[in-house]
Amino acid sequence: MGRILTVDDINVYYGSIHAIKGISFYVDEGEIVTLIGANGAGKSTTLNTISGLLRSKTGDIHFLDESIAKASAHSIVSKGLSMVPEGRRIFLRLTVEENLEMGAYTRPKSEIKESMDQAFELFPRLLERRKQIAGTLSGGEQQMLAMARAMMAHPKLIMLDEPSMGLAPIFVDHIFDIIKSLHKNGATILLVEQNAQAALSVASRAYVLETGSIVKTGSGKELMNDPVIKKAYLGA
Amino acid sequence: MDFYTLIAQIINGLQTGSVYALVALGYSMVYGIIMLLNFAHGDIIMVGAYVVYYSIASFALPPLLAVILAVIMCTILGVAIEKVAYTPLRSAPRLSLLITAIGISFLLENGAQLLFGADQKSMSPMVKGGFSMGSVGISYAAVVTIVVSVIAMTALTILVNKTKMGKAMRAVSEDMGAAQLMGISLNRTISFTFAIGSALAGIGSALYLCAYPQSSPTMGSMLGIKAFVAAVLGGIGSIPGAMIGGFAIGILEALVAAAHLSMWKDAVVFFVLIIVLLFKPTGILGKKIQEKV
Ligand SMILES: Nc1ncnc2c1ncn2[C@@H]1O[C@H](COP(=O)(O)OP(=O)(O)OP(=O)(O)O)[C@@H](O)[C@H]1O
Ligand SMILES: [Mg+2]
Repeated sequence: MGRILTVDDINVYYGSIHAIKGISFYVDEGEIVTLIGANGAGKSTTLNTISGLLRSKTGDIHFLDESIAKASAHSIVSKGLSMVPEGRRIFLRLTVEENLEMGAYTRPKSEIKESMDQAFELFPRLLERRKQIAGTLSGGEQQMLAMARAMMAHPKLIMLDEPSMGLAPIFVDHIFDIIKSLHKNGATILLVEQNAQAALSVASRAYVLETGSIVKTGSGKELMNDPVIKKAYLGA
Repeated sequence: MDFYTLIAQIINGLQTGSVYALVALGYSMVYGIIMLLNFAHGDIIMVGAYVVYYSIASFALPPLLAVILAVIMCTILGVAIEKVAYTPLRSAPRLSLLITAIGISFLLENGAQLLFGADQKSMSPMVKGGFSMGSVGISYAAVVTIVVSVIAMTALTILVNKTKMGKAMRAVSEDMGAAQLMGISLNRTISFTFAIGSALAGIGSALYLCAYPQSSPTMGSMLGIKAFVAAVLGGIGSIPGAMIGGFAIGILEALVAAAHLSMWKDAVVFFVLIIVLLFKPTGILGKKIQEKV
């Protein structure tokens, strides 16, 4: 299994706020790696930096065999790295189908139809609503659309920023089932979650982020049984 | 005012309204995508008008070729302005961008005055003659104007709704960050938007010359402001809104003129602006979408 992503000593600032303080981690092909941490720990900042929306002042980010630390956000997508951003950010004024087409923006037209069929297979609810304006979908359906949209790019690595946020428990289970089935189909996933319980239970490995620094790492199982983590993140 | 005068005035109104609509589209599309009231947009029409004038008067080109040349020049100018003046300010406060746009407008107007002189350049009309329907006289210029703008607007609607680039434009105008995460290049999409808006302005300038065959360095400012009012009336950012707003302002002006109140024409347009801003700032088709959490 090859290394797919290497984040090496990145520091990210918002003006004078030092949000990410020299973190390093990696993701190997076929893994689900999760980044857990409290509100404001810097999880979204990390993902946004990897996807090119923010810049690190130091260090490097390697994806597959090249540095993407200075690449533009849109070119990173065509290299095979997609993100489902926090809060879904689907295009509310576009139809479900148009959202999926935008997800496939970097791909040749001839392949879109097949990917769309695959997306509808994974998310049958979207099929019934394909001509509907995305703004009229329920929160859970919007999350499904956001995930389906990111899959349309056929990414080699998909980053999910709090896919369970704001969803009813039954929907959270459903989203995690989908994450598991994506993984079974060979997807490599970098998952950011506040729902540490659910995230650790699907993760191959995990990193714990606190105020911009990685304070702990280990396999999903190890961290689930770690007393400090239990106390701080699992409510036990 | 009898019925026939009314019909004739409505046709006049549709003729000017077509021009306003084409120009309003440029305002609305650019506002939709980068939240900029591009006050240099009206002056692009002025440049287009000079291109048509000199092509015909100095180089004796056939009118159609002159118009095509004007559209090409306007497109290049619009994109060049975007690249040089607006792209570097992409993450600057919107006010800086607005002030820059006003600066570009002055630059174009004064540049034109320097290059072409402050006087009006009159040319012979490109489309002459007309026909009568009953007792209503209709000029061919009006017919050409209305037909050309309807074709241009239909093409634009198809472009925006059906093509990949059009969908990308809508995606960028809704959420720039998310659009980039789809692999959409902001630079390309925004430049494309300016290109389309400026090309429409180029067509608008030729059609304007069909109605008023003269160019002057400041001709773009009043035309631009009226088209801007049309865009606001229709709902700035909305493409069908710009079309409706343009026709509405054109017809309104024609009716004011028909009521022998021509001197109030401009005032009425600004009155409309004030009313819209006071009572329905989002305009007729202003965007409202309920966001679900
Ligand atoms: N646009 C911004 N401007 C200034 N500070 C910001 C901005 N975005 C985030 N921050 C700050 O950076 C830090 C990390 O924020 P970030 O959004 O990465 O946290 P997070 O771990 O994703 O939190 P959450 O779980 O609430 O989404 C926080 O202290 C936050 O206040
Ligand atoms: Mg976050």
